[in-house]
Amino acid sequence: MNEGRREIVQVVFGLVGLIFLVRLFFIQVLDSRYAELADGNAILREVEYPFRGLIYDRNNKLIVYNTPEYDIQVVMKEVKNFDSARFCTVFGLTREELRMRFREMKIRKEYSQFKPTRLLNQLSNIDFARIQDYLDEFPGFYAQARTTRAYQSPSLANALGYVSEISKENLARDASGIYRQGDYVGQSGIEAFYEEQLRGKRGVRFKLRNVKGIEKGSFKNGEYDTLSTPGANLYTGIDIDLQQYGEFLMKGKAGSIVAIEPATGEILSLVSGPSYDPALLTGRNYSSNFKLISNDSLKPLFNRPLMAQYRPGSIFKIAQAMTALQEKVITPDTRIKCDRSVINCHGAHTNEDLRGAIANSCNPYFHNVLRRMLNQGVVNDPFGDTRIGLEEWNKHITSFGFGKRLGIDLPNEKDGLIPTPAYYDRAYRNRPWKFSNIYSIAIGEGENLVVPIQMANFAATIANRGFYYTPHLVKAIGEDGKPLPQYSERHYTSIDTSYFIVAVDAMEKVVREGTGQYRAKLADIVVCGKTGTVQNAPPLFDHSVFIAFAPRDNPKIAISVYVEDAGQGARAAASIASLMIEKYLLGGTKRPHIEQYVLNNKFE
Amino acid sequence: MSREVDISGKLDWVSVLLYALMVGLGWLNIFAAVYDETANQSIFDMSLNSGRQLMFIAAAVLIIFAIIIVDMRFYETFAYIFYAIILVALLLIPFIGKEVGGNKSWIGVGSFGVQPSEFAKFITALAVARTIGSVGFRMDSVRNQGILFVLILAPLALIILQKDFGTAIVFLSFLVVFYREGMSPFILIVGISMAALAILTLIVKNQWYLHGIIGVALVLLIIFGKRNFKRIASLTFGALLLILTIESFDYVINNVLPERHKKRLEALVNPNFDPMGINWNVTQSKIAIGSGGFAGKGFLKGTQTKFDFVPEQSTDFIFCTIGEEHGWMGSLVVVALFIVFLQRIVFIAERQKNRFARAYGYSVASIFFFHFAVNIGMTIGLFPVIGIPLPFFSYGGSALWSFTVLLFILLKLDAHRSQVLQRI
Repeated sequence: MNEGRREIVQVVFGLVGLIFLVRLFFIQVLDSRYAELADGNAILREVEYPFRGLIYDRNNKLIVYNTPEYDIQVVMKEVKNFDSARFCTVFGLTREELRMRFREMKIRKEYSQFKPTRLLNQLSNIDFARIQDYLDEFPGFYAQARTTRAYQSPSLANALGYVSEISKENLARDASGIYRQGDYVGQSGIEAFYEEQLRGKRGVRFKLRNVKGIEKGSFKNGEYDTLSTPGANLYTGIDIDLQQYGEFLMKGKAGSIVAIEPATGEILSLVSGPSYDPALLTGRNYSSNFKLISNDSLKPLFNRPLMAQYRPGSIFKIAQAMTALQEKVITPDTRIKCDRSVINCHGAHTNEDLRGAIANSCNPYFHNVLRRMLNQGVVNDPFGDTRIGLEEWNKHITSFGFGKRLGIDLPNEKDGLIPTPAYYDRAYRNRPWKFSNIYSIAIGEGENLVVPIQMANFAATIANRGFYYTPHLVKAIGEDGKPLPQYSERHYTSIDTSYFIVAVDAMEKVVREGTGQYRAKLADIVVCGKTGTVQNAPPLFDHSVFIAFAPRDNPKIAISVYVEDAGQGARAAASIASLMIEKYLLGGTKRPHIEQYVLNNKFE
Repeated sequence: MSREVDISGKLDWVSVLLYALMVGLGWLNIFAAVYDETANQSIFDMSLNSGRQLMFIAAAVLIIFAIIIVDMRFYETFAYIFYAIILVALLLIPFIGKEVGGNKSWIGVGSFGVQPSEFAKFITALAVARTIGSVGFRMDSVRNQGILFVLILAPLALIILQKDFGTAIVFLSFLVVFYREGMSPFILIVGISMAALAILTLIVKNQWYLHGIIGVALVLLIIFGKRNFKRIASLTFGALLLILTIESFDYVINNVLPERHKKRLEALVNPNFDPMGINWNVTQSKIAIGSGGFAGKGFLKGTQTKFDFVPEQSTDFIFCTIGEEHGWMGSLVVVALFIVFLQRIVFIAERQKNRFARAYGYSVASIFFFHFAVNIGMTIGLFPVIGIPLPFFSYGGSALWSFTVLLFILLKLDAHRSQVLQRI
């Protein structure tokens, strides 16, 4: 009657064991989820944020540094007896805000009950000091220290750029896998361009902890821990005192100042007016301030030295002169009558040679010069001849760095525009064009567009008598480091070096006895410069332009100043440029009246 | 009466070896479960569970000698007297017991306590075996069956009164013995179906769906099949019984079962139910075991158990330490040890020459099996959390001694099996 029952019992015993082993195989070997959960339970992953590289000026003065701030993170599983009212009081939140924070946190993709997730961000050092003692009252809440940017002075905002949390789009686009949500990343200026050098490498520490969150030592004796590597410090060519002085002079004006050391291409100052205080774009108020700044009608985020494209005006005559000399259509001694019936002019000159024409900014002279250049009679057809001439002309002009971005170490640089035959074909919709259609480019008006940094680079090229280094802000990555390789390369123009002495003479003459003599001449320094007054649509005032370098021999500074709607170049721009030169070479101005003139005159 | 104290030649050394292996591994794992890297601890430290367990093991060895020395007929002869004593002890517990962890099942002896309910297991086994082994016992007699059920239900009921539900249901494992000794499998089948129904009742919130399904099944069975009166009557009776069962389960679950057991049942059928609350234990237990991987994290390298994520890590959830530190390979070793051990006991039971010894042997196998199945099943989420120890592995003196006595009485009987008259 009971046969087989023994076997049934034995089979059942064995079967249960088998079921257990299969089930165990599933949860232990096949399902990796449990291992992750266990790590989440017992291993606290502490990220050590690296210090972002510091930024110094050319005299090793600190410009940008880091200051601690704190994120409050929460491990939901560890939260016990949470007193939300008390939490709100301590952290200065309303209940509604707190509820919103929790809701936001829980919908984030990386949210986990077992892992620390950020609840509040960017408490300042002061805020944190206040709440630090109370943090113990809230189990499950931790403070995560990291750093934010801080600035020694409220200047250089557009060149420095700012740092903020990486956007979802950029995070999705980041193929390197370096960034995580909530990471800071340079968003513009040096911070963006040198992000790779500045960011450093994050460190991670794994700590064991028990169910109460009490630390139980390092995980596997720190085998997997990594130390954070701080980012490289950047040593810029900026002279922060000069920069601040430039911003002081540009107060209330729109425009830019770019000063370059000709011998190296290092940018001494890069003023964009109007600007903003870079400290506004740090910390907790980043978003609200950013909205405010980006909606400002004066566009303080618009980095004029690189992004504003202007007609160059009369400063362009120097480039024309160089081109004409190279093409041998004139000599320095060629005199041309100031025939004001072709094009208007100013001043009391009548029949100047090249140097005089530059010094007096004679429009008919350069009208004539351009005609000679474009219509050299290579072919008989005036249309075809102009086309050939323009091709040549474009080649020479662009060799000064005009018409295409220079490749400065900042994002968003604009090209400017130097017209080509193809450009006019498009503009004239393939109808024929010749010199008489396009002559206004002779005096830097018409279709030409240049960017202030290109003007300063132009001044530096003349200062160097024929070559330039691409302007750049960072002269050394890391202490005793080098700049990026492309900034140690000389760029020669297509003009013979010998012709540059003519430009130097002429620019000296401009300041000594020409249009620059009243406000750009300095007692101790030979300044070479050129004024420009760029036509503007009435009723707006013309733009005031000045380029210069000094001293004449072995120049230390080349500068371009562009002040929008401020009238003649001999006024605002020449004054500012000469004050900057004084400041840089002599440490300050001996002409307080000029400084007052710049600061108080409304240039209307 | 032939006294043969030296029975070493006849003792089943396979079982003894398996026993020693399991107790030894258990001891190491108890140390691993409470090990704290930051404190400089020794496995012999008497302030640790591992140190105390070693003492319990030493005591168990003494008990083994005592069992072997005592005359084999002692156990059968005094079975009912022990049984009476233990019933009295269980009756008294609600009055003189001390409460530990929600269960009032301990009788204090100095600083140590013993749990009479643990000893009730082997005593009941002896009583059941004696009854089955008595002259003229027939399993198909309703009266005899009644006696057996009274024998197991009395301690079960008394232990339930101590709110120790886990230990109480261990007594249901005797159904395996009854089955082996000739009880109709009908009762087992009904029992298992009841359990399945109970789970169904938990899953299907509205029991009317279940009633509906039973009704449809009944109609279909009547239509397709022989339509004689007896068949229709028995089918209808069965269906009514099922409906009644569902209703009563519903009633029991909602009105009789303590809240925590109800929640544990709920947690079993719904693994996502309240993972931070009632399911915390199972969730953490599964995390600990699951994180062990194939080869485990290594001895003393587990994080989940020793950092208290798993509760009761050296007693009821000791298997988590094994799973975490020794991975699937370790689990395989332990499960295999148990299966081999259980098969060995069945083998020993079957080679007995009298019915008493065989029934006792099956009792031993069933009780070990029940603990093994429920305990490991619980830690890997296949069974509700019912606090019963894993034999030989879990920390605790009463349990270890009770299991030791249970096993070694059988080995003592086995050693003398050739001396008894055949009464099967």
